Amino acid sequence: MLIKTPPAHEPHPSEITPRHAYLNRRTALAGLGLAAASPLALAQPAPGGGKLAKLPGARSAAAGAVVLDKPTGYADATSYNNFYEFGTDKSDPAERAHTMKTRPWTVMVEGECAKPGRYDIDALLKLSAMEERIYRLRCVEGWSMVIPWVGYSLSELIKRAEPTGKAKFVEFTTLADRAQMPGLRSGVLDWPYVEALRMDEAMHPLALLTFGMYGEVLPNQNGAPVRVVLPWKYGFKSAKSIVKIRFVEKQPVSSWEQSAPQEYGFYSNVNPGVAHPRWSQASERRIGEDGLFAKKRPTLMFNGYEAQVGQLYAGMDLRRNF
Amino acid sequence: MRQALSKALLSGVAKPALFVTCLLPLAWLVYAAFTNQLGANPAEALIRGLGDWTLRGLWLTLAITPLRELTGLAALARLRRMLGVFTFAYASLHLLAYGWLDMGLDLAEIAVDIAKRPFILMGFAAWALMLPLAATSFNKAIKVLGAKRWQALHKAVYAVSVIALMHFIWMRAGKNDFAEPAVYGVILAVLLGWRIFKRLARKKPRLG
Repeated sequence: MLIKTPPAHEPHPSEITPRHAYLNRRTALAGLGLAAASPLALAQPAPGGGKLAKLPGARSAAAGAVVLDKPTGYADATSYNNFYEFGTDKSDPAERAHTMKTRPWTVMVEGECAKPGRYDIDALLKLSAMEERIYRLRCVEGWSMVIPWVGYSLSELIKRAEPTGKAKFVEFTTLADRAQMPGLRSGVLDWPYVEALRMDEAMHPLALLTFGMYGEVLPNQNGAPVRVVLPWKYGFKSAKSIVKIRFVEKQPVSSWEQSAPQEYGFYSNVNPGVAHPRWSQASERRIGEDGLFAKKRPTLMFNGYEAQVGQLYAGMDLRRNF
Repeated sequence: MRQALSKALLSGVAKPALFVTCLLPLAWLVYAAFTNQLGANPAEALIRGLGDWTLRGLWLTLAITPLRELTGLAALARLRRMLGVFTFAYASLHLLAYGWLDMGLDLAEIAVDIAKRPFILMGFAAWALMLPLAATSFNKAIKVLGAKRWQALHKAVYAVSVIALMHFIWMRAGKNDFAEPAVYGVILAVLLGWRIFKRLARKKPRLG
């Protein structure tokens, strides 16, 4: 084996600030109002971390799949996460999620369907063509990001399972392994984490079965190796690190709904007109972009995806079905 | 040892040293904000950091009397007022950071928020209750009010501490995460429990 030692005057590769890191710094400084925004910071697409395997996707043609908002810096998107299996602080997942093994990984597809199956993650990766989708992400806590995800419509997988007439809902279960997830020791939620969608929501082209972000595979803290992303719903509806997808007839009770039913409904669509019992949902802070002293930006109905998903809820009382 | 400590506390350096020390958390937060070290959501980190230091300042202020009696270092009392005033300053900055960074200084919206969120109401109440204490924190106020009345007024700090703790617990309730509030709660229980114990002990009739 040939080992190349760089000459002494050359900096070691690890000493060079990665491009995304300095770009991110500039954006943050601009946000603080200390420096004019660097034109470089607006370069598209947003660079990834460069440490994970590449996972390119073709720009999606689905309606609403690519918003024009500036993507959040990779460093922010991977260091400010809610993933309670690793702790409730938003810095916990980035610090602790490295203990999660994402290979081998299987996803059970089961319940009310003609073709249940046990999918290996590598089979899922090849199931359909990868697309890049730039979605807004609105957290129920009142902050938002813009993330370039990589994946394909969840409907691709659902169609292959051939759900029966009894399949009215789809339930997602996140991995719950005490050995790999230190947060499970706390009683914050009942584990495993369960989320669910109505069948027509799950079949909507914008519901994304997601394997990557920023042109690379998902970092563990963002829900590796496979998660869903539902851009018109509050972030917690988008289950991470999925091990089971189950078709059911009865409306499942999702984890947050069980924990605080008066605060978190089954639908949890982004809705600036329906306040959380403890805070307003009318506005949001865009992470990494809105300056420290900037007023929060208004939250959009269905997070700006009303044209695409509004008809799913036609005639429904969204105040009651929050 | 005690004498050396007592001498240090009585020296002219003690108060300026405490003054600088009390400014350190604020200096760090401002520095971190300007050098982008507060993470992805610097506004949230600033608001929470100022809140954390308000609680710590309040607990430290309440620790002075028990420490003084336990160690016999009467000179500790010289530092209590400055700690209290700094606590109020951090509480005010915490409120200002919330009102500015979180609510965009929209007074109507802040009023709605205070009414809507019990934990915000608690925090605001704690600050409002500190206001008269901070306003009477100079020697002349003691003279004007009379020592007894002044002391009675300043007993409100116990209520402030309990309300501030409720503010913290309520804020974390959304995440069902009570580990940190529990630590603050235990310390406060000791600080207030010690006072209750002393009071009861004093009232006990003496047995021959």
